[in-house]
Amino acid sequence: MSRRRRLNDQTAPALLLAMPALLGLLLFILLPFATALVLAFTDLRLGSPLAVNLVGLDQFLYLFNDPDFMRALLNNLLFAAVAVPLQTLLALALALLLNRGLPGTLAFRTLFFMPVVFPMSLVAVIWSLIYAPGPNGMMNAFLQWASFGLWEAKDFLRDPLLAMPAIMLLSIWQGVGFQMVILLAGLQGIPQTLYEAAALDGAGRWRQLLHITLPQLRNPLIFVILVTTILAFRLFDQVQIMTRGGPENATTTVIYETVQAAFARQQVALASAMTVVFFLLVLAITLLQRRFTHHQREVA
Amino acid sequence: MRPGPGSTLMTYLLLAGMAALFIAPLLMMFLGSLKADHRVLLESGSLTAFLPRELSLQNYSDVFRRSEFPRFFFNSLFITSCIVVCGLVVNSLAAYAFARLQWRGRDLLFNLVLALMILPFEAIAVPLFYGASILGLRDTYAVQILPFIANAFAIYLFYSFFIGMPRELEEAARIDGASTLRIFFSIIAPNAKPVFASVAILTFLTWWGSYLWPTMVTIGPTVRPLPVAIASFYTLPPLQWGDILAFGVMMVAPVVLLFVIFQRWFVAGVASSALKG
Repeated sequence: MSRRRRLNDQTAPALLLAMPALLGLLLFILLPFATALVLAFTDLRLGSPLAVNLVGLDQFLYLFNDPDFMRALLNNLLFAAVAVPLQTLLALALALLLNRGLPGTLAFRTLFFMPVVFPMSLVAVIWSLIYAPGPNGMMNAFLQWASFGLWEAKDFLRDPLLAMPAIMLLSIWQGVGFQMVILLAGLQGIPQTLYEAAALDGAGRWRQLLHITLPQLRNPLIFVILVTTILAFRLFDQVQIMTRGGPENATTTVIYETVQAAFARQQVALASAMTVVFFLLVLAITLLQRRFTHHQREVA
Repeated sequence: MRPGPGSTLMTYLLLAGMAALFIAPLLMMFLGSLKADHRVLLESGSLTAFLPRELSLQNYSDVFRRSEFPRFFFNSLFITSCIVVCGLVVNSLAAYAFARLQWRGRDLLFNLVLALMILPFEAIAVPLFYGASILGLRDTYAVQILPFIANAFAIYLFYSFFIGMPRELEEAARIDGASTLRIFFSIIAPNAKPVFASVAILTFLTWWGSYLWPTMVTIGPTVRPLPVAIASFYTLPPLQWGDILAFGVMMVAPVVLLFVIFQRWFVAGVASSALKG
Protein backbone atom coordinates (compact mmCIF):
# COMPACT_ATOMS: atom_id res chain seq x y z
CA MET A 1 0.00 0.00 0.00
CA SER A 2 1.48 3.35 -0.99
CA ARG A 3 1.95 6.09 1.53
CA ARG A 4 -0.61 8.23 -0.23
CA ARG A 5 -3.21 5.49 -0.18
CA ARG A 6 -2.65 4.93 3.51
CA LEU A 7 -3.14 8.62 4.19
CA ASN A 8 -6.46 8.65 2.34
CA ASP A 9 -7.83 5.40 3.64
CA GLN A 10 -9.93 6.23 6.72
CA THR A 11 -11.55 2.85 7.21
CA ALA A 12 -10.73 2.57 10.92
CA PRO A 13 -12.12 5.94 12.11
CA ALA A 14 -15.03 5.71 9.67
CA LEU A 15 -16.13 2.34 10.97
CA LEU A 16 -15.81 3.62 14.51
CA LEU A 17 -18.06 6.60 13.76
CA ALA A 18 -20.62 4.62 11.80
CA MET A 19 -20.63 1.56 14.05
CA PRO A 20 -23.25 2.61 16.66
CA ALA A 21 -25.80 3.56 14.01
CA LEU A 22 -25.05 0.56 11.81
CA LEU A 23 -25.31 -1.77 14.80
CA GLY A 24 -28.66 -0.23 15.75
CA LEU A 25 -30.02 -0.58 12.22
CA LEU A 26 -28.81 -4.17 12.05
CA LEU A 27 -30.23 -5.21 15.43
CA PHE A 28 -33.50 -3.29 15.41
CA ILE A 29 -34.48 -3.08 11.75
CA LEU A 30 -32.70 -5.58 9.52
CA LEU A 31 -32.75 -8.50 11.95
CA PRO A 32 -36.43 -8.09 12.98
CA PHE A 33 -37.45 -7.68 9.36
CA ALA A 34 -35.56 -10.84 8.33
CA THR A 35 -37.18 -12.61 11.29
CA ALA A 36 -40.64 -11.59 10.07
CA LEU A 37 -39.83 -12.98 6.61
CA VAL A 38 -38.86 -16.33 8.17
CA LEU A 39 -41.63 -16.50 10.79
CA ALA A 40 -44.29 -15.95 8.12
CA PHE A 41 -43.55 -19.46 6.85
CA THR A 42 -43.89 -21.15 10.27
CA ASP A 43 -46.72 -21.82 12.72
CA LEU A 44 -45.12 -20.09 15.74
CA ARG A 45 -47.39 -18.92 18.55
CA LEU A 46 -46.16 -16.90 21.48
CA GLY A 47 -45.95 -18.98 24.67
CA SER A 48 -47.06 -22.20 22.98
CA PRO A 49 -45.31 -25.36 24.20
CA LEU A 50 -45.77 -27.08 20.81
CA ALA A 51 -42.81 -27.48 18.44
CA VAL A 52 -42.54 -24.92 15.65
CA ASN A 53 -43.00 -26.24 12.11
CA LEU A 54 -42.32 -24.85 8.69
CA VAL A 55 -45.69 -24.63 7.01
CA GLY A 56 -44.80 -23.08 3.65
CA LEU A 57 -47.45 -20.72 2.36
CA ASP A 58 -50.17 -21.92 4.74
CA GLN A 59 -50.35 -18.63 6.67
CA PHE A 60 -50.75 -16.66 3.45
CA LEU A 61 -53.39 -19.05 2.16
CA TYR A 62 -55.20 -18.69 5.47
CA LEU A 63 -55.02 -14.88 5.22
CA PHE A 64 -56.45 -14.73 1.75
CA ASN A 65 -59.37 -16.90 2.83
CA ASP A 66 -59.91 -14.91 6.00
CA PRO A 67 -62.85 -12.51 5.50
CA ASP A 68 -61.61 -10.22 8.30
CA PHE A 69 -58.21 -9.74 6.70
CA MET A 70 -59.65 -9.30 3.21
CA ARG A 71 -62.02 -6.69 4.62
CA ALA A 72 -59.05 -4.97 6.23
CA LEU A 73 -57.20 -4.86 2.90
CA LEU A 74 -60.30 -3.52 1.20
CA ASN A 75 -60.70 -0.84 3.88
CA ASN A 76 -57.09 0.30 3.43
CA LEU A 77 -57.56 0.43 -0.35
CA LEU A 78 -60.79 2.39 0.08
CA PHE A 79 -59.06 4.80 2.46
CA ALA A 80 -56.23 5.29 -0.04
CA ALA A 81 -58.61 5.69 -2.98
CA VAL A 82 -60.81 8.32 -1.28
CA ALA A 83 -58.73 10.11 1.35
CA VAL A 84 -55.50 10.45 -0.63
CA PRO A 85 -56.95 12.33 -3.65
CA LEU A 86 -59.17 14.49 -1.44
CA GLN A 87 -56.32 15.37 0.90
CA THR A 88 -53.91 16.10 -1.96
CA LEU A 89 -56.43 18.33 -3.75
CA LEU A 90 -57.17 20.22 -0.54
CA ALA A 91 -53.46 20.62 0.19
CA LEU A 92 -52.88 21.89 -3.35
CA ALA A 93 -55.75 24.36 -3.05
CA LEU A 94 -54.46 25.66 0.29
CA ALA A 95 -50.89 25.93 -1.03
CA LEU A 96 -52.08 27.87 -4.11
CA LEU A 97 -54.08 30.25 -1.92
CA LEU A 98 -51.13 30.82 0.42
CA ASN A 99 -48.68 31.20 -2.47
CA ARG A 100 -50.29 34.49 -3.50
CA GLY A 101 -48.26 36.09 -0.74
CA LEU A 102 -51.13 38.16 0.64
CA PRO A 103 -50.71 39.75 4.09
CA GLY A 104 -51.62 37.31 6.85
CA THR A 105 -50.41 34.28 4.92
CA LEU A 106 -48.09 33.21 7.73
CA ALA A 107 -50.93 33.10 10.27
CA PHE A 108 -53.03 30.90 7.96
CA ARG A 109 -50.08 28.62 7.27
CA THR A 110 -49.48 28.25 11.03
CA LEU A 111 -53.11 27.34 11.61
CA PHE A 112 -53.35 24.79 8.78
CA PHE A 113 -50.11 23.16 9.89
CA MET A 114 -51.02 23.10 13.59
CA PRO A 115 -52.91 19.75 13.58
CA VAL A 116 -49.79 18.06 12.12
CA VAL A 117 -48.00 18.50 15.45
CA PHE A 118 -50.95 16.96 17.35
CA PRO A 119 -50.48 13.33 18.38
CA MET A 120 -52.99 11.15 16.49
CA SER A 121 -54.20 9.62 19.77
CA LEU A 122 -55.28 13.08 20.94
CA VAL A 123 -56.88 13.90 17.58
CA ALA A 124 -58.86 10.66 17.81
CA VAL A 125 -60.12 11.58 21.27
CA ILE A 126 -61.11 15.15 20.26
CA TRP A 127 -62.95 13.91 17.18
CA SER A 128 -64.78 11.27 19.20
CA LEU A 129 -66.37 14.22 20.99
CA ILE A 130 -67.08 15.97 17.67
CA TYR A 131 -68.77 12.78 16.40
CA ALA A 132 -70.82 12.37 19.60
CA PRO A 133 -74.23 10.82 18.82
CA GLY A 134 -77.39 12.85 19.25
CA PRO A 135 -78.23 16.42 18.21
CA ASN A 136 -75.69 17.85 20.69
CA GLY A 137 -72.73 16.36 18.87
CA MET A 138 -70.82 19.06 17.01
CA MET A 139 -70.78 17.24 13.66
CA ASN A 140 -74.48 16.39 13.87
CA ALA A 141 -75.33 19.96 14.83
CA PHE A 142 -73.19 21.33 12.01
CA LEU A 143 -74.73 19.04 9.39
CA GLN A 144 -78.22 19.89 10.68
CA TRP A 145 -77.46 23.58 10.34
CA ALA A 146 -75.86 23.18 6.90
CA SER A 147 -78.80 21.09 5.58
CA PHE A 148 -81.44 23.48 6.99
CA GLY A 149 -82.59 20.85 9.48
CA LEU A 150 -82.84 17.94 7.04
CA TRP A 151 -79.99 15.97 8.67
CA GLU A 152 -81.04 13.48 11.32
CA ALA A 153 -78.56 12.94 14.13
CA LYS A 154 -76.36 9.88 13.53
CA ASP A 155 -74.00 7.85 15.67
CA PHE A 156 -71.10 8.21 13.25
CA LEU A 157 -68.67 5.79 14.84
CA ARG A 158 -71.24 3.00 15.28
CA ASP A 159 -72.75 3.31 11.81
CA PRO A 160 -71.18 0.81 9.35
CA LEU A 161 -71.60 3.25 6.46
CA LEU A 162 -70.37 6.39 8.24
CA ALA A 163 -67.56 5.11 10.47
CA MET A 164 -64.91 4.92 7.73
CA PRO A 165 -65.72 8.33 6.18
CA ALA A 166 -65.63 9.79 9.71
CA ILE A 167 -62.13 8.40 10.24
CA MET A 168 -61.05 9.65 6.82
CA LEU A 169 -62.23 13.17 7.61
CA LEU A 170 -60.23 13.53 10.82
CA SER A 171 -57.17 11.97 9.16
CA ILE A 172 -57.38 14.56 6.38
CA TRP A 173 -57.81 17.34 8.94
CA GLN A 174 -54.71 16.15 10.81
CA GLY A 175 -52.47 15.49 7.81
CA VAL A 176 -53.29 18.04 5.12
CA GLY A 177 -50.97 20.70 6.56
CA PHE A 178 -47.98 18.43 6.01
CA GLN A 179 -48.72 18.09 2.32
CA MET A 180 -49.58 21.78 2.03
CA VAL A 181 -46.17 22.85 3.36
CA ILE A 182 -44.32 20.60 0.92
CA LEU A 183 -46.39 21.77 -2.05
CA LEU A 184 -45.95 25.39 -0.95
CA ALA A 185 -42.16 24.93 -0.93
CA GLY A 186 -42.47 23.40 -4.41
CA LEU A 187 -44.57 26.33 -5.65
CA GLN A 188 -42.04 28.82 -4.35
CA GLY A 189 -39.33 27.07 -6.35
CA ILE A 190 -41.06 27.69 -9.69
CA PRO A 191 -39.26 30.49 -11.58
CA GLN A 192 -41.43 33.60 -11.86
CA THR A 193 -40.17 34.14 -15.43
CA LEU A 194 -42.21 31.14 -16.62
CA TYR A 195 -45.43 32.90 -15.56
CA GLU A 196 -44.32 36.21 -17.05
CA ALA A 197 -43.62 34.55 -20.40
CA ALA A 198 -46.98 32.78 -20.30
CA ALA A 199 -48.78 36.01 -19.45
CA LEU A 200 -47.09 37.72 -22.42
CA ASP A 201 -48.39 34.89 -24.60
CA GLY A 202 -51.87 35.65 -23.28
CA ALA A 203 -52.30 32.52 -21.17
CA GLY A 204 -54.98 32.95 -18.50
CA ARG A 205 -54.76 31.77 -14.92
CA TRP A 206 -56.24 28.31 -15.58
CA ARG A 207 -53.88 27.68 -18.51
CA GLN A 208 -50.94 28.77 -16.36
CA LEU A 209 -52.03 26.37 -13.60
CA LEU A 210 -52.42 23.52 -16.09
CA HIS A 211 -49.32 24.09 -18.20
CA ILE A 212 -46.81 25.59 -15.78
CA THR A 213 -47.73 25.02 -12.13
CA LEU A 214 -48.81 21.39 -12.26
CA PRO A 215 -45.94 20.12 -14.45
CA GLN A 216 -43.42 22.04 -12.35
CA LEU A 217 -44.95 20.60 -9.18
CA ARG A 218 -44.76 17.05 -10.50
CA ASN A 219 -42.13 15.66 -8.11
CA PRO A 220 -43.47 17.25 -4.90
CA LEU A 221 -46.97 16.08 -5.89
CA ILE A 222 -45.81 12.53 -6.49
CA PHE A 223 -43.94 12.63 -3.19
CA VAL A 224 -46.92 13.76 -1.11
CA ILE A 225 -49.18 11.25 -2.84
CA LEU A 226 -46.67 8.51 -2.03
CA VAL A 227 -46.35 9.47 1.62
CA THR A 228 -50.11 9.79 2.11
CA THR A 229 -50.79 6.49 0.34
CA ILE A 230 -48.29 4.70 2.59
CA LEU A 231 -49.91 6.41 5.61
CA ALA A 232 -53.26 5.05 4.40
CA PHE A 233 -51.86 1.54 4.69
CA ARG A 234 -50.34 2.27 8.12
CA LEU A 235 -53.73 3.34 9.48
CA PHE A 236 -54.02 2.20 13.10
CA ASP A 237 -54.16 4.74 15.97
CA GLN A 238 -57.51 6.32 15.04
CA VAL A 239 -59.13 2.95 14.46
CA GLN A 240 -57.84 1.42 17.68
CA ILE A 241 -58.99 4.35 19.80
CA MET A 242 -62.28 5.29 18.11
CA THR A 243 -63.85 2.11 16.72
CA ARG A 244 -61.66 -0.96 17.44
CA GLY A 245 -62.13 -1.97 13.82
CA GLY A 246 -65.93 -1.91 14.07
CA PRO A 247 -68.77 -1.70 13.52
CA GLU A 248 -68.99 -4.98 11.60
CA ASN A 249 -65.34 -4.66 10.51
CA ALA A 250 -66.17 -1.40 8.71
CA THR A 251 -62.96 0.25 9.92
CA THR A 252 -60.59 -2.65 10.46
CA THR A 253 -57.20 -2.30 8.78
CA VAL A 254 -54.19 -4.46 7.92
CA ILE A 255 -52.19 -3.10 10.86
CA TYR A 256 -55.17 -3.38 13.20
CA GLU A 257 -55.56 -7.06 12.24
CA THR A 258 -51.79 -7.56 12.60
CA VAL A 259 -51.79 -6.17 16.12
CA GLN A 260 -54.87 -8.24 17.01
CA ALA A 261 -53.14 -11.41 15.78
CA ALA A 262 -49.78 -10.74 17.43
CA PHE A 263 -50.97 -9.10 20.61
CA ALA A 264 -54.42 -10.37 21.50
CA ARG A 265 -54.18 -13.89 19.99
CA GLN A 266 -50.40 -14.51 20.27
CA GLN A 267 -50.33 -15.70 16.62
CA VAL A 268 -46.86 -14.39 15.86
CA ALA A 269 -46.47 -16.36 12.61
CA LEU A 270 -49.81 -15.21 11.23
CA ALA A 271 -49.03 -11.63 12.22
CA SER A 272 -45.66 -11.96 10.46
CA ALA A 273 -47.42 -13.08 7.29
CA MET A 274 -49.62 -9.97 7.53
CA THR A 275 -46.46 -7.91 7.99
CA VAL A 276 -45.05 -9.38 4.78
CA VAL A 277 -48.23 -8.52 2.87
CA PHE A 278 -48.08 -4.98 4.30
CA PHE A 279 -44.42 -4.66 3.31
CA LEU A 280 -45.10 -5.83 -0.26
CA LEU A 281 -47.83 -3.18 -0.57
CA VAL A 282 -45.49 -0.44 0.66
CA LEU A 283 -42.74 -1.68 -1.65
CA ALA A 284 -45.09 -1.67 -4.65
CA ILE A 285 -46.22 1.90 -3.91
CA THR A 286 -42.61 3.06 -3.50
CA LEU A 287 -41.46 1.43 -6.74
CA LEU A 288 -44.39 2.99 -8.56
CA GLN A 289 -43.38 6.41 -7.24
CA ARG A 290 -39.72 5.93 -8.26
CA ARG A 291 -40.84 5.00 -11.74
CA PHE A 292 -42.93 8.12 -12.16
CA THR A 293 -40.31 10.42 -10.67
CA HIS A 294 -37.56 8.91 -12.78
CA HIS A 295 -39.60 9.27 -15.92
CA GLN A 296 -39.79 13.00 -15.31
CA ARG A 297 -36.01 13.29 -14.94
CA GLU A 298 -35.50 11.56 -18.29
CA VAL A 299 -37.79 14.04 -20.02
CA ALA A 300 -36.29 17.09 -18.36
CA MET B 1 -49.64 36.19 -11.28
CA ARG B 2 -50.74 39.42 -9.64
CA PRO B 3 -54.23 38.82 -8.29
CA GLY B 4 -56.78 41.57 -8.86
CA PRO B 5 -58.86 43.09 -6.03
CA GLY B 6 -61.83 40.75 -6.64
CA SER B 7 -59.67 37.66 -6.49
CA THR B 8 -57.91 38.96 -3.37
CA LEU B 9 -61.27 39.14 -1.60
CA MET B 10 -62.12 35.65 -2.87
CA THR B 11 -58.78 34.31 -1.60
CA TYR B 12 -59.40 35.72 1.87
CA LEU B 13 -62.95 34.36 1.94
CA LEU B 14 -61.73 30.88 1.03
CA LEU B 15 -58.87 31.05 3.52
CA ALA B 16 -61.18 32.27 6.29
CA GLY B 17 -63.68 29.49 5.57
CA MET B 18 -60.97 26.86 5.75
CA ALA B 19 -59.50 28.49 8.85
CA ALA B 20 -62.86 28.20 10.62
CA LEU B 21 -62.95 24.45 9.93
CA PHE B 22 -59.39 24.05 11.17
CA ILE B 23 -59.76 26.15 14.28
CA ALA B 24 -63.12 24.77 15.48
CA PRO B 25 -61.80 21.47 16.96
CA LEU B 26 -58.79 23.25 18.49
CA LEU B 27 -60.89 25.97 20.07
CA MET B 28 -63.46 23.49 21.32
CA MET B 29 -60.69 21.47 22.97
CA PHE B 30 -59.14 24.46 24.66
CA LEU B 31 -62.36 26.09 25.87
CA GLY B 32 -63.90 22.73 26.77
CA SER B 33 -60.96 22.00 29.03
CA LEU B 34 -61.96 25.09 31.04
CA LYS B 35 -65.69 24.30 31.32
CA ALA B 36 -67.61 22.12 33.74
CA ASP B 37 -67.73 18.51 32.48
CA HIS B 38 -71.48 18.35 31.80
CA ARG B 39 -71.37 21.58 29.75
CA VAL B 40 -68.78 20.34 27.25
CA LEU B 41 -71.01 17.97 25.29
CA LEU B 42 -74.12 20.06 25.96
CA GLU B 43 -72.60 23.18 24.38
CA SER B 44 -70.69 21.44 21.58
CA GLY B 45 -73.85 21.42 19.45
CA SER B 46 -74.12 25.18 19.28
CA LEU B 47 -71.91 28.24 18.97
CA THR B 48 -71.76 28.42 22.78
CA ALA B 49 -68.97 25.83 22.39
CA PHE B 50 -66.78 28.74 21.34
CA LEU B 51 -67.98 31.19 24.00
CA PRO B 52 -65.54 31.63 26.85
CA ARG B 53 -67.91 31.88 29.83
CA GLU B 54 -67.69 30.56 33.38
CA LEU B 55 -64.23 29.12 32.90
CA SER B 56 -62.27 27.39 35.62
CA LEU B 57 -59.18 25.24 36.09
CA GLN B 58 -61.18 22.56 37.94
CA ASN B 59 -60.69 19.98 35.15
CA TYR B 60 -56.93 20.39 35.33
CA SER B 61 -56.83 19.62 39.02
CA ASP B 62 -59.22 16.70 38.36
CA VAL B 63 -56.72 15.27 35.86
CA PHE B 64 -54.03 15.26 38.53
CA ARG B 65 -56.45 13.66 41.00
CA ARG B 66 -57.84 11.00 38.65
CA SER B 67 -54.66 10.02 36.79
CA GLU B 68 -50.91 9.87 37.25
CA PHE B 69 -50.42 12.66 34.73
CA PRO B 70 -46.98 13.82 36.00
CA ARG B 71 -45.67 10.27 35.67
CA PHE B 72 -46.97 9.88 32.10
CA PHE B 73 -45.59 13.28 31.18
CA PHE B 74 -42.19 12.40 32.59
CA ASN B 75 -42.24 9.05 30.76
CA SER B 76 -42.96 10.73 27.42
CA LEU B 77 -40.39 13.43 28.01
CA PHE B 78 -37.71 10.97 29.12
CA ILE B 79 -38.28 8.47 26.30
CA THR B 80 -38.50 11.15 23.61
CA SER B 81 -35.45 13.10 24.87
CA CYS B 82 -33.31 9.96 25.00
CA ILE B 83 -34.25 9.05 21.43
CA VAL B 84 -33.65 12.61 20.19
CA VAL B 85 -30.30 13.22 21.91
CA CYS B 86 -28.76 9.78 21.30
CA GLY B 87 -30.17 9.76 17.78
CA LEU B 88 -28.63 13.12 16.92
CA VAL B 89 -25.16 11.92 17.99
CA VAL B 90 -25.26 8.43 16.52
CA ASN B 91 -26.90 9.28 13.19
CA SER B 92 -24.89 12.42 12.49
CA LEU B 93 -21.61 10.58 13.15
CA ALA B 94 -22.60 7.81 10.77
CA ALA B 95 -23.72 10.32 8.15
CA TYR B 96 -20.39 12.13 8.48
CA ALA B 97 -18.49 8.88 7.87
CA PHE B 98 -20.61 8.24 4.78
CA ALA B 99 -20.42 11.78 3.43
CA ARG B 100 -16.83 12.75 4.13
CA LEU B 101 -14.50 9.82 4.81
CA GLN B 102 -12.90 7.44 2.33
CA TRP B 103 -13.34 3.83 3.33
CA ARG B 104 -13.87 0.40 1.87
CA GLY B 105 -17.45 -0.81 1.81
CA ARG B 106 -18.83 2.70 2.19
CA ASP B 107 -21.03 2.86 -0.88
CA LEU B 108 -22.41 -0.62 -0.36
CA LEU B 109 -23.34 0.10 3.26
CA PHE B 110 -24.81 3.49 2.39
CA ASN B 111 -27.04 1.98 -0.26
CA LEU B 112 -28.20 -0.53 2.33
CA VAL B 113 -29.04 2.32 4.72
CA LEU B 114 -31.01 4.06 1.94
CA ALA B 115 -32.88 0.83 1.23
CA LEU B 116 -33.87 0.55 4.91
CA MET B 117 -35.61 3.94 4.64
CA ILE B 118 -38.61 2.38 2.93
CA LEU B 119 -39.33 0.06 5.88
CA PRO B 120 -42.07 1.67 7.99
CA PHE B 121 -42.03 0.76 11.68
CA GLU B 122 -45.15 -1.37 11.16
CA ALA B 123 -43.07 -3.77 9.02
CA ILE B 124 -40.92 -4.73 12.00
CA ALA B 125 -43.33 -4.26 14.92
CA VAL B 126 -44.33 -7.93 15.16
CA PRO B 127 -40.84 -9.51 15.39
CA LEU B 128 -39.71 -6.69 17.69
CA PHE B 129 -42.71 -7.39 19.91
CA TYR B 130 -41.89 -11.10 19.82
CA GLY B 131 -38.24 -10.38 20.73
CA ALA B 132 -39.23 -8.02 23.57
CA SER B 133 -41.66 -10.62 24.90
CA ILE B 134 -39.28 -13.59 24.97
CA LEU B 135 -36.47 -11.45 26.41
CA GLY B 136 -38.82 -10.22 29.15
CA LEU B 137 -38.25 -6.60 28.14
CA ARG B 138 -41.89 -5.50 27.90
CA ASP B 139 -42.91 -2.62 30.16
CA THR B 140 -39.42 -1.06 30.30
CA TYR B 141 -37.99 2.27 29.17
CA ALA B 142 -35.23 0.50 27.23
CA VAL B 143 -37.65 -1.25 24.89
CA GLN B 144 -39.25 2.11 24.07
CA ILE B 145 -35.92 3.86 23.44
CA LEU B 146 -33.16 1.59 22.12
CA PRO B 147 -34.81 0.35 18.91
CA PHE B 148 -35.41 3.91 17.68
CA ILE B 149 -32.07 5.64 18.17
CA ALA B 150 -30.42 4.55 14.93
CA ASN B 151 -32.58 5.86 12.10
CA ALA B 152 -31.91 5.47 8.38
CA PHE B 153 -33.93 8.55 7.46
CA ALA B 154 -32.05 10.75 9.93
CA ILE B 155 -28.74 9.47 8.52
CA TYR B 156 -29.97 10.39 5.05
CA LEU B 157 -30.98 13.92 6.11
CA PHE B 158 -27.60 14.51 7.79
CA TYR B 159 -25.80 13.02 4.79
CA SER B 160 -27.60 15.34 2.35
CA PHE B 161 -26.51 18.34 4.42
CA PHE B 162 -22.90 17.29 5.03
CA ILE B 163 -22.28 16.41 1.39
CA GLY B 164 -23.08 20.02 0.44
CA MET B 165 -20.69 21.65 2.91
CA PRO B 166 -17.45 23.12 1.46
CA ARG B 167 -14.45 20.81 1.89
CA GLU B 168 -12.09 23.67 2.72
CA LEU B 169 -13.68 23.80 6.18
CA GLU B 170 -12.03 20.54 7.21
CA GLU B 171 -8.88 20.62 5.07
CA ALA B 172 -7.06 23.15 7.23
CA ALA B 173 -7.87 21.28 10.44
CA ARG B 174 -6.84 17.98 8.87
CA ILE B 175 -3.46 19.40 7.83
CA ASP B 176 -3.03 20.65 11.42
CA GLY B 177 -3.40 17.03 12.46
CA ALA B 178 -6.81 17.23 14.17
CA SER B 179 -8.53 13.86 14.72
CA THR B 180 -11.65 12.93 12.77
CA LEU B 181 -13.83 13.13 15.86
CA ARG B 182 -12.43 16.53 16.73
CA ILE B 183 -13.02 17.86 13.24
CA PHE B 184 -16.61 16.65 13.48
CA PHE B 185 -17.38 18.28 16.80
CA SER B 186 -15.44 21.53 16.33
CA ILE B 187 -16.05 22.23 12.63
CA ILE B 188 -18.79 20.14 11.04
CA ALA B 189 -21.43 20.11 13.80
CA PRO B 190 -21.32 23.88 14.58
CA ASN B 191 -21.80 24.62 10.88
CA ALA B 192 -24.69 22.22 10.48
CA LYS B 193 -27.14 23.61 13.04
CA PRO B 194 -30.13 23.74 10.65
CA VAL B 195 -30.04 20.03 9.92
CA PHE B 196 -29.58 19.18 13.61
CA ALA B 197 -32.61 21.33 14.41
CA SER B 198 -34.72 19.75 11.67
CA VAL B 199 -33.85 16.18 12.64
CA ALA B 200 -34.37 16.93 16.35
CA ILE B 201 -37.83 18.37 15.68
CA LEU B 202 -38.91 15.59 13.32
CA THR B 203 -37.71 12.94 15.78
CA PHE B 204 -39.38 14.66 18.73
CA LEU B 205 -42.71 14.96 16.89
CA THR B 206 -42.63 11.33 15.79
CA TRP B 207 -41.98 9.86 19.23
CA TRP B 208 -44.03 12.30 21.33
CA GLY B 209 -47.09 11.11 19.43
CA SER B 210 -46.08 7.49 18.95
CA TYR B 211 -48.89 5.14 19.96
CA LEU B 212 -48.63 1.73 18.25
CA TRP B 213 -45.42 0.48 19.87
CA PRO B 214 -46.05 1.63 23.47
CA THR B 215 -49.58 0.25 23.30
CA MET B 216 -48.07 -3.15 22.44
CA VAL B 217 -45.21 -3.23 24.95
CA THR B 218 -46.42 -1.32 28.01
CA ILE B 219 -48.58 -3.20 30.48
CA GLY B 220 -49.05 -1.10 33.63
CA PRO B 221 -48.83 2.68 34.15
CA THR B 222 -45.16 2.64 35.26
CA VAL B 223 -43.49 3.39 31.91
CA ARG B 224 -46.68 4.32 30.01
CA PRO B 225 -46.24 7.40 27.76
CA LEU B 226 -48.89 10.11 27.14
CA PRO B 227 -50.51 8.79 23.91
CA VAL B 228 -51.35 5.46 25.56
CA ALA B 229 -52.29 7.28 28.76
CA ILE B 230 -54.84 9.57 27.08
CA ALA B 231 -56.42 6.61 25.28
CA SER B 232 -56.93 4.83 28.58
CA PHE B 233 -57.96 8.01 30.43
CA TYR B 234 -60.60 8.51 27.74
CA THR B 235 -62.14 5.13 28.59
CA LEU B 236 -61.90 5.64 32.37
CA PRO B 237 -65.43 5.88 33.82
CA PRO B 238 -67.22 8.12 34.46
CA LEU B 239 -66.88 9.86 31.10
CA GLN B 240 -65.80 13.42 32.01
CA TRP B 241 -65.18 15.35 28.80
CA GLY B 242 -63.75 18.39 30.54
CA ASP B 243 -61.07 16.27 32.21
CA ILE B 244 -60.23 14.45 28.98
CA LEU B 245 -59.79 17.73 27.11
CA ALA B 246 -57.66 19.18 29.93
CA PHE B 247 -55.48 16.07 29.70
CA GLY B 248 -55.20 16.67 25.95
CA VAL B 249 -54.28 20.33 26.33
CA MET B 250 -51.49 19.51 28.77
CA MET B 251 -50.28 16.71 26.54
CA VAL B 252 -50.01 18.83 23.41
CA ALA B 253 -48.91 22.09 25.07
CA PRO B 254 -45.14 21.37 24.87
CA VAL B 255 -45.33 20.52 21.16
CA VAL B 256 -47.47 23.54 20.34
CA LEU B 257 -45.12 25.78 22.29
CA LEU B 258 -42.08 24.37 20.47
CA PHE B 259 -43.95 24.71 17.19
CA VAL B 260 -44.86 28.34 17.76
CA ILE B 261 -41.30 29.26 18.78
CA PHE B 262 -39.43 27.22 16.15
CA GLN B 263 -42.01 27.29 13.40
CA ARG B 264 -39.42 28.05 10.74
CA TRP B 265 -37.47 24.89 11.62
CA PHE B 266 -40.59 22.72 11.76
CA VAL B 267 -41.60 23.72 8.28
CA ALA B 268 -38.03 23.57 6.95
CA GLY B 269 -37.61 20.13 8.51
CA VAL B 270 -40.75 18.78 6.92
CA ALA B 271 -40.03 20.34 3.55
CA SER B 272 -36.40 19.21 3.51
CA SER B 273 -37.58 15.68 4.17
CA ALA B 274 -39.49 15.87 0.92
CA LEU B 275 -37.71 17.94 -1.65
CA LYS B 276 -34.26 16.42 -1.56
CA GLY B 277 -35.57 12.98 -2.50
